Amino acid sequence: MRARRVRGVVVGAVAVLVSVVVFLVPFAFILVTAAKTAEEASLLSFSLPSEWALWDNLVAVLTTRDGVVVRAFVNSTILTVASVALMVVVAAMVGYVLQRRSSRWNPVVNFFVLAGLIVPPAVVPTIWVLQTIGLFKTIPGMVLINATFGLSFCVLLFRAFVSTVPRELDEAAIIDGAGPMRLFFTVVLPLLKPVVITVVVVQAVAVFNDFTGPLYFLPGDENATVQLTLYNFQSQVLSQWNLLFMDILLITLPPLVMYIFFNRQIVAGMTSGAVKG
Amino acid sequence: MASTTTSAARVAALPRATRLEEPPGHGRGGIRTMYPSWFYLPAGALYVVFFAVPTFASFYFALTRWTLFDVEFIGLDNFVQFFQEPQLVQGFVNTFFYGFVTSALKVVLGLALGLLLTSQIIARGYLRSVVFFPVLVSTIGIGITFKVLLDPFGGLVNESLAALGITGPGWLTDPAWALFSVALIDVWKGVGIATLIYIAGLVAIPQEYYEAARVDGATSWQLFRRITLPLVRPATATVVVLSLIGGLRSFELIWATTRGGPGFTSDVIASVIYKQYQAGFYGLSTAGNVVLFVVVTAIMIPVSILLNRKEVDR
Amino acid sequence: MNARNRRAAIAVGATVLATSLAACGGGGGAADGGTVEIEFLTQDGGTSVPLAEAMIEAFQTANPDVVVKLQTQPGGTEGDNLTKTKLSTQEMSDVFTYNSGSLLQALNPDQTLVPLSDQPWVGDLSEDFAQVVSTPNGLYGAPVGTSRVGAVMYNRALYEELGLEVPTSWSEFMANNETIAAEAPDVAPIIQTYGDTWTSQLFVLGDFANVQSADPQWAAEYTAGNRSYAEEPGLAGFRHQQEAFEADLFNEDFPSATFENGLRMLAEGEGAHYPMLTDSISTIQQNNPDAVDDIGVFALPADDAANTAITVWQPNAIYIPSTTEDEKLEAAKRFVTFFNSPEGCAVQSEVLVPGGPFVTSACPAPEDAPPIIADIQEYFDSGATTPALEFLSPIKGPNLENITVAVGSGITSAADGAAQYDEDVRKQAQQLGLEGW
Repeated sequence: MRARRVRGVVVGAVAVLVSVVVFLVPFAFILVTAAKTAEEASLLSFSLPSEWALWDNLVAVLTTRDGVVVRAFVNSTILTVASVALMVVVAAMVGYVLQRRSSRWNPVVNFFVLAGLIVPPAVVPTIWVLQTIGLFKTIPGMVLINATFGLSFCVLLFRAFVSTVPRELDEAAIIDGAGPMRLFFTVVLPLLKPVVITVVVVQAVAVFNDFTGPLYFLPGDENATVQLTLYNFQSQVLSQWNLLFMDILLITLPPLVMYIFFNRQIVAGMTSGAVKG
Repeated sequence: MASTTTSAARVAALPRATRLEEPPGHGRGGIRTMYPSWFYLPAGALYVVFFAVPTFASFYFALTRWTLFDVEFIGLDNFVQFFQEPQLVQGFVNTFFYGFVTSALKVVLGLALGLLLTSQIIARGYLRSVVFFPVLVSTIGIGITFKVLLDPFGGLVNESLAALGITGPGWLTDPAWALFSVALIDVWKGVGIATLIYIAGLVAIPQEYYEAARVDGATSWQLFRRITLPLVRPATATVVVLSLIGGLRSFELIWATTRGGPGFTSDVIASVIYKQYQAGFYGLSTAGNVVLFVVVTAIMIPVSILLNRKEVDR
Repeated sequence: MNARNRRAAIAVGATVLATSLAACGGGGGAADGGTVEIEFLTQDGGTSVPLAEAMIEAFQTANPDVVVKLQTQPGGTEGDNLTKTKLSTQEMSDVFTYNSGSLLQALNPDQTLVPLSDQPWVGDLSEDFAQVVSTPNGLYGAPVGTSRVGAVMYNRALYEELGLEVPTSWSEFMANNETIAAEAPDVAPIIQTYGDTWTSQLFVLGDFANVQSADPQWAAEYTAGNRSYAEEPGLAGFRHQQEAFEADLFNEDFPSATFENGLRMLAEGEGAHYPMLTDSISTIQQNNPDAVDDIGVFALPADDAANTAITVWQPNAIYIPSTTEDEKLEAAKRFVTFFNSPEGCAVQSEVLVPGGPFVTSACPAPEDAPPIIADIQEYFDSGATTPALEFLSPIKGPNLENITVAVGSGITSAADGAAQYDEDVRKQAQQLGLEGW
């Protein structure tokens, strides 16, 4: 028993050491580079800044190009909130009916859900559709695209979770005279809260981090998202690595905060969604 | 969220007034109305307009020379082009390499980390968090960071290797290494999910199996080989399927690190699609999409059937 | 030229950027009853934005009844696509800057732009420039900045030290490189910077004047589909790049070095030659001002010295879309005219370091021009200049920079690279719907 505990300490210590080198050093590198002056950062060495310029760099990044980073954060926030809200409501409706009612359509719906997970979206034809309906290069267009691409994942999670809500509750509500809308939105949906939180958190991170979507469907400076601005920043702040890494740092913070507060839901969502997929 | 729900509930109140008069639904018809098919409609509309229509349209546009305004039907020329140009063929081959390498490494490392993090060691909570966190970080941010860390001249990785007396390769700039290096970064970022899935799978294996086997005098290797490996098969299936879907479609990390370079040595289908799009070759880009579609489905269907069947057989 | 040009500019402006851009919203506040407001669109970052701001400020001082609002958009292919989309959906700003030459032709100017042939400044333009902003139906743009050449920028101090002569043939150039390699082992004979892939194209694009000297019909026949890069003389640029790689003449870090690194190496004498566009002298002025007088330029040498000529890029131009009307059109025309007025020229000379001669006689050559300008002028004086291919032909394959990186890194042979580029060009020509492809 003691030998085992000693072994646990030794193996654990080694693992911690390795994890520091493999996983923490890159993040530490981001942090120290973001805190250096331009000259020092250009050396790209892994060392503590001789002069902490974290605040100056933050101000510089936020004011660069007329505050494009701030605008990008606003855009990304709007995009994330709207996309996730839409996706949660419509996917929950599907997952709910899909689980509750067995009909000959179920296999068809399931097939489409799986197809949605696996099939890579056809990019240029999607642009063509967006342009036809006048939503190309608009935030609403991007919201609809995000909601669509996230549907399958959410439906799977909701379908799995609805099965844990007892049917007796539905029946009680029906006897109370509830219609389908009231049954779903006031009885069932509140009971889905845990999975809603999971979906919201996981999809919020996904939408926030998405680069390909805005790259194709939301070009243009006015609508730039944080990922696009970061990408463009590379050529715009040439040899000002401190600012580039400050931007990376800023973009890393929201997921970090999410992770600290919703650790359990994220882990649950990633694994359960994955197992079903 | 909250406001959406309440306003929807308010809308719901309207039709209810009439329905209240009727006796509550019972039998099949009652269930039907309580779980109405039109709940599929909003999602279905999104799916059809923004996913199904473009997907089907892509089969037509792939056969055209297309400027978004003008369409000229040119038959299979785009596909001929796709498989004639060495750079496009290379992207095709690279896609398989990338998907295979990332999946294999995620399975091996994910299982190893899963085993480590379910064993009796200290700091498990910290280790789980730290392995998983990169999953949540922006791919672009990670790409840029590693581009700097892996710089052959003055990058942290090669400097450290040099301190150990090893001359590191030009990770992202040497044609022989570029694609593999990007795959490694992909694994670094994505191994956390594989680990989590394996942890869930490993925890679900009843301890009695191990105890019984140990009583029979099984070695650790035998325990792993005869109990762990077969029983985490569902987790392995999930990891393989997920990594392949991600790996075959991968674009962001490659674009953030090498943009397919040097030359075309790290191009994959998804980056070729983007380059053709950028150049205004919309038909050719869409043909690339169809190729990707075929590749992904052609691989994913047999892989999922194979992995799932074996699981059922047992 | 688009991406190159812009990025050169970006490099210059990088240091100015953070401060100057923060201030750029300030100009628009003066709008009141009697004024016209017009929107001016230029490319992101670099000298184009500081230049635009300086121009706007000077223009508004001289024309208090006009307010110019600055808009920017990203560069590169993305910017090209955006420009096309904005024009075809009629959302273009009232006045905008864009490339001249084939990229302009791709905008379909007869339908989308306002002809400016009747404007007072047209007579001052050089014939070469007038050609690249015109269609048979009219002239559409006024120049912004100077022309520049794509050639070998070299370190004169190093040449003096080693007693080298400016080479006129490829073999002389290679001999110089050997001398440098032998006598100054710390110096890279040729700088290459594939961290910025666009910089790799100069061996091919800058060789075009030599191609055209060897075969004066080349550009026209090429557009018609009768010439290819896989054959001489077109192949020469690819072949030279391969030879230079095989002779191990590049700086050690060429796979990852950036454009800015390259210019620094050249300025500090760590590298002897850098095939590049001469407007990058602005970047040297910015980062290594003391070195500007050490930098000279010579044409990429042809195999046969008799064919050696220098390849010239015309400046970008400023255009007015046909959606600009009435008093806005009037104001926009005044703004365009201002660019080529003495005041406008003064602003341009102040903000930009010239990378070549101005293309309008309205702008006099600055007196304190760096020696590189004198080098370029010699080629103009002797008539050994040819416009870059993109000004003579509408076709430029989008993948050249990746192909030249592959050739210059030894991944692909010159012959294969040239053949790949021919294929790339064929796709472009088909997409443009040209005859003969």
